[in-house]
Amino acid sequence: MLKNKKFNFKEFFAENAVPVVFLTISAVFVYYSGTQPAIIMNDVVARFARNAFFVISLLIPVLAGMGLNFGIVVGAMAAQIGLYWALALKMEGIAAIAFAAVVCVPFAVLFGFLSGALNNKTKGQEMLTSMFVGYFAHGLYMLLFLFIIGGIIPIDVYEIILPNGVGARSSIDLTQVKGAVDSILKVDLFTFVLALAAIVAIIAVVNTVKAKKPDIAKFVVAVLLAGLGVAGNTMPAFLMFKRVVKIPVVTYGLIGLLCVFITAFFKTKMGQDMRAVGQNMEIAEVSGINVNKIRIIANIMSVVLSAWGQLLFLQNLGTLSTYTAHQNVGMFAGAALLIGGASVTKATVPQAILGTFLFHLLFNVSPLAGQNIFGSALIGEYFRVFIVYGVIALAIVLHAAKKAGGKK
Amino acid sequence: MENLKPVLEMVDIKKNYFGNQVLKGVSLKVMPGEIHALCGENGAGKSTLMNILFGMPVIHSTGGFEGEIRMDGEVIEIKTPRDAMKYGIGMVHQEFMLIPGFSVEENVKLNREPLKESILGKFLGEPMKNLNRDEIRRDTQAALDQLGMDMMPADKVAGLPVGYMQFVEIAREIDKRGVRLLVFDEPTAVLTEGEAERLLAAMKALADQGIAILFITHRLDEVMTASQHVTIIRDGAFVKYLNTKETNVTEISALMVGREVEVIERTKHHEASNEIVMEIEDLKVEMPGEMVKGVNLKIEKGEILGIGGLAGQGKIGIANGIMGLYPATGKVTFEGKEVTLNNPKAAINAQIAFVSEDRRGVGLLLDESIAFNIAVPALQNQGKFLKKFGPVSLMDQAAVTENANKYIEELDIRCTGPNQNVRRLSGGNQQKVCIAKALTSEPKIIFVSEPTRGIDIGAKRLVLDTLVKLNEEQGMTVIITSSELAELKSVCDRIAIVTEGKVIGVLPASEDDAKFGLLMSGITEGVEG
Repeated sequence: MLKNKKFNFKEFFAENAVPVVFLTISAVFVYYSGTQPAIIMNDVVARFARNAFFVISLLIPVLAGMGLNFGIVVGAMAAQIGLYWALALKMEGIAAIAFAAVVCVPFAVLFGFLSGALNNKTKGQEMLTSMFVGYFAHGLYMLLFLFIIGGIIPIDVYEIILPNGVGARSSIDLTQVKGAVDSILKVDLFTFVLALAAIVAIIAVVNTVKAKKPDIAKFVVAVLLAGLGVAGNTMPAFLMFKRVVKIPVVTYGLIGLLCVFITAFFKTKMGQDMRAVGQNMEIAEVSGINVNKIRIIANIMSVVLSAWGQLLFLQNLGTLSTYTAHQNVGMFAGAALLIGGASVTKATVPQAILGTFLFHLLFNVSPLAGQNIFGSALIGEYFRVFIVYGVIALAIVLHAAKKAGGKK
Repeated sequence: MENLKPVLEMVDIKKNYFGNQVLKGVSLKVMPGEIHALCGENGAGKSTLMNILFGMPVIHSTGGFEGEIRMDGEVIEIKTPRDAMKYGIGMVHQEFMLIPGFSVEENVKLNREPLKESILGKFLGEPMKNLNRDEIRRDTQAALDQLGMDMMPADKVAGLPVGYMQFVEIAREIDKRGVRLLVFDEPTAVLTEGEAERLLAAMKALADQGIAILFITHRLDEVMTASQHVTIIRDGAFVKYLNTKETNVTEISALMVGREVEVIERTKHHEASNEIVMEIEDLKVEMPGEMVKGVNLKIEKGEILGIGGLAGQGKIGIANGIMGLYPATGKVTFEGKEVTLNNPKAAINAQIAFVSEDRRGVGLLLDESIAFNIAVPALQNQGKFLKKFGPVSLMDQAAVTENANKYIEELDIRCTGPNQNVRRLSGGNQQKVCIAKALTSEPKIIFVSEPTRGIDIGAKRLVLDTLVKLNEEQGMTVIITSSELAELKSVCDRIAIVTEGKVIGVLPASEDDAKFGLLMSGITEGVEG
């Protein structure tokens, strides 16, 4: 295992071609957008908080061998049903989000179970299946919100129902819940960095005591973070960042918690079974692992997590586009994961985080960069769309090429 | 031994797949601590028998089986692989059941990982407990030590040499506490000689510890050196239970291949001549599962040559390589001219015809008419059956139908007429359509692969008769590739046996079954043709 420690640039590039390419494009775009880096950063921080949970929820099905689960769209629908319910009960603020987070779970579990069962019937084509599950579910969702709500279930909250009393409004103002999670605690960037430094330092100490060997890497990271935090708080060069960039601590805390959970989960028996199923279903079956059950569990987990992710997204956004908010979320999240260097069979938490970051950075700067480079904001807009579909196509082609290369 | 109870008994096992009886009452008896060899040709039913023993889904989704399985004299029911594991039956698979992305230790402990408490586990129970990595490492090391393997438990399986993977499989099986019976399914097929020896030594060591071993192999010399008893099955039927000490390689191979066959009358026999019509030199073909690794063969004009051998040894690859269906290298000379390889059109234009072993996949357009199927290659490659209208060419329907009618009569294809879709035809008649198709391009030499696979006995006879007639009446050189030696012996002049991607020997068809059997198991001594 130790035979090839030497850094091989070519190999590194081949392994990480996608993130490297996107990092380069992002850097160029940031430069040409002509926007203050601090302002870009603040926006990316907010967008990251909005979306990261959702992207990370995609990791489980990828590792369970089902590719990108575009079916997490049904999770978003479950979240919207939950949130709508909360609004119908005239709930506000964090209570509404908490209520929605609880009541969306049974829906998400049911949807996850059904789409998982369908995936088991179409092994090998999960990505296509789950995409069409999303389209199909959209139809049922429309039925629920256009006719059943108001038509069968009476709703007497004026703000969320169409004037004739049947069907939900297509755009619902979420002022009552906007920022419910985000604004519990907001700190500036460098205070956040200092807090991170403290956490890393604590982990390092715990590791050192446990292993009776100093965890040097973590200590170095802690010191670097602390240095950055102190510098940011004192040096005038960083003043702009300190003033502009505000971190929603609770949201980031939840994202952090999810990362820890995912990492811990794949160390458990169930996580190991899931990885085995992901690598080779047949062998897992022969070893006595209940493949279908594991796949359904993976699907349910990803749908439930994506439902919560959608709630974080909506409370950040502040409006609920009842009929469209869930559309394409699966596609965008998939693209973000792939940009981070994941493939449809292999993905890690850092890849999801890097990917979400890059994806939103690019999303943010591309219209202005397009304006400045090509003289047309439309071109930048075009890049946004191009990126989403282009990267999915690219990732799938790269994956296929790698597979074909492996055969030789 | 007499008063010991057998660990495993399989009594009068019968199984049919969709009306096709693949096992016709096979019995098997394995004593504790013995190495028991199970021998039979491909298709004899060994794999099906093992699938039954392991409760594989393929058995139970096709209607289960008849007969009894007993362990220690008690009747047991095995419905899933989990049941088999519960009874202490382990298997070292022919295709490795290893997950390449996992490390050695993860594979050894797959789904049997020792666990330890974790925070998640406290709330959510067993499936959420963490893996006990230290214990996994320790147990794996112990199993590897027992086998005398120098391997790192943390290494990824993907990077290991093939021989090592085999040992990982074995390590996994012996790590299972309470394993009573281990099945080795052709374990030495992929190993080098040294590795094979080490494997046999490991098997003996395991048997000495009281574990019964069921050893499935084609290599009869290994049967002789390692086993105490041999069970031979043929065509899904039990043939004989032998004491290894009281038998020899020749007897076993004769029992494996020997069978009664209808003799097909041949009026003329080809006289050995020196007129070589095709010469194959160092042909290598990359056909997955049928790799050809350097075949040299001279084909005499006007003969019927058989190419035999066990499945997976490369015999199928030869014709596919010459016809350009799989990447090939080497030199093939036909009537003094070199045939361009890797180009099906070139082969067809050189008047070489091929009837594929994959009748329904490669051979036929199932939803097209008989007439069209017969005409297609000639139409595509030789511009036959075309009417020209200026720059546009149209298919000449009348000519196509006429041609089809000719072959329907000549080859006695049973159908409602030339416009019937081939999907509805029986296997034997489909095969005749394939032959008609090959003949329409007026070949000088015809390769026929597995002509009787999946066809009932009556139809087999007709197909073989057709080939013989072609040879005798038109003097066409015919090369038949088949897994059924008996069939080759009944129609061919000479038979080449392919083992491990090479022609190991060419014998006159009249030679003893035993000699062919020896060649198939890779033994050339005493088989001078």
